[in-house]
Amino acid sequence: MTFEIIIALLAATVQSGTPILYATLGEIFTEKSGVLNLGVEGAMIIGALTAFIVARFTGNPVLGFLAAGLAGSLATAIHGVVCLGFQGNQVVSGLALTILGVGLANYIGTGYVGMSAPGFQPLAIPGLADIPVMGPIFFQHDPLVYVSYLIAPLLWLFFARTRFGLGLRAAGEYPAAAIAAGLNVAAYRWLGIMVGGFFMGLGGAYLSLAYTHLWTTNLTAGRGWIAVALVIFAFWRPGRAVFGAYLFGGIMALQLRLQASGTQLPSSILLMLPYVLTVLVLVLSSWRKGTSEQPGALGVNIEPVD
Amino acid sequence: MLRMRITKRQEPLGIGGSCFVLLTALSLSLLVSAVLLYLGGTSPIRGISVLFQGAFGSRYALEDSILKAIPIFLCALGVAVAFRLKIWNIGAEGQFALGAIGATWIALSFPAWPKFILLPAMIGMAMAAGGLWGLIPALLRQKLRTNEIIVTLMMNYIAILFLDFLVYGVWKDPTSFGFPMTPGFSEQAIVGKIGATAVNWGLVHCLVLGTLVFFFFRFTRIGFEIKASGDNVRAARYAGLPYDRLVMLVMVMSGALAGWAGFLEASATVNRLQPSIMVGYGYTAIVVAWLARLHPLSIGIAAVLLAGLRVGVESLQLDLQVPAAFGGIIEGLILLTVLAGGLFTHYRLVPRKH
Repeated sequence: MTFEIIIALLAATVQSGTPILYATLGEIFTEKSGVLNLGVEGAMIIGALTAFIVARFTGNPVLGFLAAGLAGSLATAIHGVVCLGFQGNQVVSGLALTILGVGLANYIGTGYVGMSAPGFQPLAIPGLADIPVMGPIFFQHDPLVYVSYLIAPLLWLFFARTRFGLGLRAAGEYPAAAIAAGLNVAAYRWLGIMVGGFFMGLGGAYLSLAYTHLWTTNLTAGRGWIAVALVIFAFWRPGRAVFGAYLFGGIMALQLRLQASGTQLPSSILLMLPYVLTVLVLVLSSWRKGTSEQPGALGVNIEPVD
Repeated sequence: MLRMRITKRQEPLGIGGSCFVLLTALSLSLLVSAVLLYLGGTSPIRGISVLFQGAFGSRYALEDSILKAIPIFLCALGVAVAFRLKIWNIGAEGQFALGAIGATWIALSFPAWPKFILLPAMIGMAMAAGGLWGLIPALLRQKLRTNEIIVTLMMNYIAILFLDFLVYGVWKDPTSFGFPMTPGFSEQAIVGKIGATAVNWGLVHCLVLGTLVFFFFRFTRIGFEIKASGDNVRAARYAGLPYDRLVMLVMVMSGALAGWAGFLEASATVNRLQPSIMVGYGYTAIVVAWLARLHPLSIGIAAVLLAGLRVGVESLQLDLQVPAAFGGIIEGLILLTVLAGGLFTHYRLVPRKH
């Protein structure tokens, strides 16, 4: 009996971890190019709303999912214009993007609050889903979870094994050298921002099309910020991001279960858990050598003069 | 098409040019907002006029704008102190909450103390609590090199939930019919209003504290060290400036100022502690501080402007049913356009020759 509860909890962990995983991988992609984007929360919630609206009007959740990615890219393009085009401070620009994105999504979304959209349904993978323990935890989810399994290894391959990946890392690590080597650093940074934003939008879409099938105000509830913290915890590595995202998924799933079980603990204390954990995670990651793995030129703009 | 090229200016852009860029940025934000109003089915001209009327069009509106500008100003002043050193304190919201909690604790514990002792004690506790909430991320940053942006932000969520925990639990007023709020403060714990206006004496606190911060940066050695270290951390370290201690100092000052704002909100505005005081002043403060380029006097002007925006959006909501989130859109747009306009401080665009 308790064993089944634990399995169910771990399956819920994967589900709550998935939106954070998409967003974290997106932010890793952006930061690898040397751009710090604190607008994850904004890009995510815009993605969530776009996915919801497109799915509702076309009846096709796949279209909604893709539209969310594009909307995420479009949102982060604002950050690109301000920071790459106009040399704006990356910290403040990202914050502004979050304020704008959350405002915009809640503004447009007001009329949709409480409505539902056709979302994704669980789809057990034949064969894999029947494996004891692993099956129910990892292979009885909706298709968006399976897509997320592919992204982390693909990103790793991209960074470690491709020319483009190397160029992107060079733009983030040592832009002056990259420019001297003939690379178009600005173009790589644009790539970092746009592709990163695409994943952030997908993370938002997961919330409105799979996690819930509803639209509510402030749907993302700080998950974008948790993703920013997880990038540091993950030492900018996609593999560790998976671990970090599921850690948070676990604490969120646990918190929901505890609340539902009618515990004596006040709900405000339970709701604190993910945020306290974020601080703890940052403390823990700094204990190890990790911070030296931060891209060398993260958050530093490149001089526009040609 | 005319192609443009960016070149460096010999001298930074003068005051006239800066004002022009700022006005262009604000107009652009307003224009985009008007388009969004139109798309939302509201007449943009009507909307913008309701926004301005609601913010500054009557005595009541003006008083409300100033009332809301008080906490925004104090939080922004605090944020600006930290930003001077390029310490990204996003935590004014949480430090504000802790200030309100600290002040409430004193107000509920010693309601019978005379006013001239009770109010200073409340201020002291508010500053201590807010300052502590600012010190924690500073210490973590220093000892463990954690990122203060994330830590301060997470501590906002934690502080707001802690406030909820108190007002839904141990501090809950038994006679409040289930509403989450503490009992009302005693007469001695309340900062009163100025004469017959709706504005409280917190306005005077703002003037005094703003002046003090101005003098601190202008005339004290530590203020100068903070500015110098903020401009160039490495040079400051070589010059032997106590960078780590400065980080702690600015974060405590920052938190204490936001805490003071929390005290005023609890004591003067709602006369008790309740969750509804957390409306995001701490985030608006970041927009204000950056708009004002961290200068105390400009922070005052920007605080009144953005407080007016909040009040105006309330009118928009009441009169034209525009969602409250519209305020966030304008704030975000203003910050983005002003940030982009900053390019012209040090660079100029010239037509590209073939």
